[in-house]
Amino acid sequence: MTKYIPTIGVECHVQLCTKTKLFSEVDNDARLKQPNSCVSPVDYGLPGMLPRLNGEAIKFAIRAGLALNAKINLESRFDRKHYYYPDLPKGYQITQMFHPIIGEGYVELPNGHKVRIEHAHLEEDAGKSSHESSYSLVDLNRAGTPLVEIVSQPDIHSAAEARDYAKELWRVMTYAGVTYGDLYNGNMRFDVNISVAPEDSTELGTRTEMKNLNSFRSVERAVEYEIKRQTKLLEKGEAVIQETRGWNEATGETTGQRSKEDAKDYRYMPEPDIPPICLDSADVEAEAANLPKMPSWYRQKFNNVLSQDLVEVLLDYPNLMAKLAELEGNQAATKKVANLFSSVLLAEENTSLLNDKLPTKEQLITLVEMNDNNELSSTATKEVFIKFFDPEMHYKETRTIAKELSVIQENDLGALEEIVNTVLEKPETQKAQSDFRAGQEKVLGFLVGQVMKESKGKANPSAVQKILREKLR
Amino acid sequence: MKVANQTQSAVELVRAALEKAHQYQAEYHVFNWINDDAIKKAEAIDRKIAQGEPVGRLAGVPYALKDNFLSPEGETTASALILEGFQSPVTATAVRKLEAEGAIMIGRTNLDAFAHGSSTENSYYGPTKNSKDTTRVAGGSSGGSAVAVALDIVPFALGTDTGGSIRQPASFNGIYGLKPTYGAISRYGVVAMASSTDCIGFFAREAMDLDLLMGVVAGQDKNDMTTLPNFYAESEIKTIKKVGVIKDFNNEAVNSEIRAALQQKIETLKHQGCEIVELNMPALKYALAAYYIIVPAEVSSNLSRHDGIRYGYRSAKSQNLSELYENTRNEGFMPENKRRIMIGNFVLSSGFYDAYYLKAAKARTLIINEYAKAFEQCDVLLTPVAPNPAFKLGEKVNDPVAMYLEDVMSVPLNLAGLPGLAIPVGKTNSGLDLGLQLVGPRRSERTLINFTKTLEETA
Repeated sequence: MTKYIPTIGVECHVQLCTKTKLFSEVDNDARLKQPNSCVSPVDYGLPGMLPRLNGEAIKFAIRAGLALNAKINLESRFDRKHYYYPDLPKGYQITQMFHPIIGEGYVELPNGHKVRIEHAHLEEDAGKSSHESSYSLVDLNRAGTPLVEIVSQPDIHSAAEARDYAKELWRVMTYAGVTYGDLYNGNMRFDVNISVAPEDSTELGTRTEMKNLNSFRSVERAVEYEIKRQTKLLEKGEAVIQETRGWNEATGETTGQRSKEDAKDYRYMPEPDIPPICLDSADVEAEAANLPKMPSWYRQKFNNVLSQDLVEVLLDYPNLMAKLAELEGNQAATKKVANLFSSVLLAEENTSLLNDKLPTKEQLITLVEMNDNNELSSTATKEVFIKFFDPEMHYKETRTIAKELSVIQENDLGALEEIVNTVLEKPETQKAQSDFRAGQEKVLGFLVGQVMKESKGKANPSAVQKILREKLR
Repeated sequence: MKVANQTQSAVELVRAALEKAHQYQAEYHVFNWINDDAIKKAEAIDRKIAQGEPVGRLAGVPYALKDNFLSPEGETTASALILEGFQSPVTATAVRKLEAEGAIMIGRTNLDAFAHGSSTENSYYGPTKNSKDTTRVAGGSSGGSAVAVALDIVPFALGTDTGGSIRQPASFNGIYGLKPTYGAISRYGVVAMASSTDCIGFFAREAMDLDLLMGVVAGQDKNDMTTLPNFYAESEIKTIKKVGVIKDFNNEAVNSEIRAALQQKIETLKHQGCEIVELNMPALKYALAAYYIIVPAEVSSNLSRHDGIRYGYRSAKSQNLSELYENTRNEGFMPENKRRIMIGNFVLSSGFYDAYYLKAAKARTLIINEYAKAFEQCDVLLTPVAPNPAFKLGEKVNDPVAMYLEDVMSVPLNLAGLPGLAIPVGKTNSGLDLGLQLVGPRRSERTLINFTKTLEETA
């Protein structure tokens, strides 16, 4: 039986987190804002309004391009793409059809496979329409938000790899700091095109496209479904129709929406209101100097220190990675802190703790040292670590927090012996002492507990056990 | 022009203008709206003068505004139904700068809807009549502004010139009309026709008034990325020694009285010691065709925003979204608007773009180069503005190609972004106004304006 090979390309729209919109000076952050409250006459498409290019968006685009290992085109231009829809106020979208700002590049997946980037361009987002039974509403808050559209080469050949690519793009863009990366709110949207062809074929098959997928999971599921659907058709000797298909999250199926015949003619033309963007290499160098470390850099850095799985988990949190990198060279500390991050901070009950105020390098190193010196038990270490995220505590030194929590262990053997003696003199421990001497091992726990109680929890339990065993021999 | 001062009050200037505006309105239909509240602004300026406070360079000067400039005063209609009821929250940069110097807008003038036309007959509100003969057209598209100045209602008026819309009506009405270098004056707040050729400019009866107005209005604007920095202040006035005339324009298609007027100017310039350079500019023959591809393409794009969704007219009888678009645009645009939208959509559509739009863009480059070559041989060009003086109302309105041919000598410099100054040069035997235009290299406005002194002396 013939084997069919899928070929997949992805176009991804990334909303840039600039302060203002691409062509107007209104707030670009419409989260929690009233509909149509972040709209200027330019975004509203009043007659006579002209675009005013936001320099920050150009910087972000350069940075996004560098994060994609791409060539930055020193001259780029804007074009108009025409279609009618109520959430597109001007009747055209300003985009870069012919001369994009970002040229060829690549994204390296965790497995080392490189997906080539064909180009990426700057454009404005449209508004948002919501349809009710007898009317529709338009919110233009999003109209004019800068987008970078990243167009990949068809270098992907499985659903899992399509997901990995989507996820890696998301990581790269959030690490570059050019987007909030909130997928739920549409900060990144994926258009996926898929074709399958017999293994020995030199030509690609007919492709279908699924637009506006907004999670890695739906990218993977939609591709999986579409590969199966197309393969089945070809196996039956039927043809795949070139069309846009809609992905239904609930049913897990794609359905035909728009075929090539009724594809729109966008009547592209050069945007006459915006002169070409002319950069010099210093503009690019300045952004290169500002470019934060990328996921691939962290992978390499922690390659022999942390497990690959742990690195992949932590990579979802750029600020945690940056913090780990601060512990430069201290491998033991890096491991312990990485474990605290993954097992405590990222534990479900603590998700609310994760914020921008991370503990300092000094706080973390002291914490690891106190744990190493048995001053803090592993439970106490976690307790102190959690307090680092308490707004009342986070600025305090580790030792101060530990003291306030009264969790520093008593490791002074002389002092511990005194406490043990006090406990052993108490009438209520006499029976347990004789039972232990008679060979009942398990009563030792009771005695240790009594000592811990007497020490108000500060005694180091293993030291206490050791002293008790000597005394009761 | 008269500026308000201790002896000449702003109220007197503005009241006189308003009276004339009302007096001529029924006969000429100059205005879409007359701003009777203008008198309040005049009173405010007079109070300032009385209190010895500083007032601007245009204090109390009444002016007329082509009705495609946005300002909160009156509705901005662009003489099209589709903008019915549109009250702008925004003020055009040009208007803001004039008002800051104390100029007072006394009315919004009629135009061909969206400035599409050469006669002001394409106005939804009816045509404006020629200042010398009410059976003839005012010219266009800025017909109302030209007639407002020609009838001495106001000393100056604002217009827009995308392919001759200031120079042709100026020459039809015997006044000066300046189309500046592309990018000299901000287009912010002016209803766009064709973004790559649209220019804001002025009508005036005195050439030197244009110099003052350019000084006030020209300059870089952060709201228009195509504006030029340090435009007017740094333009130097050059002495004209060589005047070029274009042989290609001297043919039977140009009215004999216009050719005679041009010849007469040439003779007198020779007497003044100017050298006359005869030029062949073959690339200009592509200008009209290139213009009527590039401009409709941009027009179709710029008019896309008029969809009945957010402002202006909306057809009441629509059942769904596509009907709403179709009915609103079908009812709201004038036939000439629709013609240009259709041409524009055609030349931009996939499969035709290379053959039309891209070819036209290449022709445009040839034209730019042709002018550059010409200005190596002469300092300015002196040419007719239009092939004919003001034609009869209704004569060409149903023959679009004949109407487009009116633009054959005015559009080339719009494609090249060059300044052009229409100058009055007398009258025909039947008393119609005759005009010619001076064309110079980019940034030569001051030189062109100054050269009118020489031309007047020779007249």
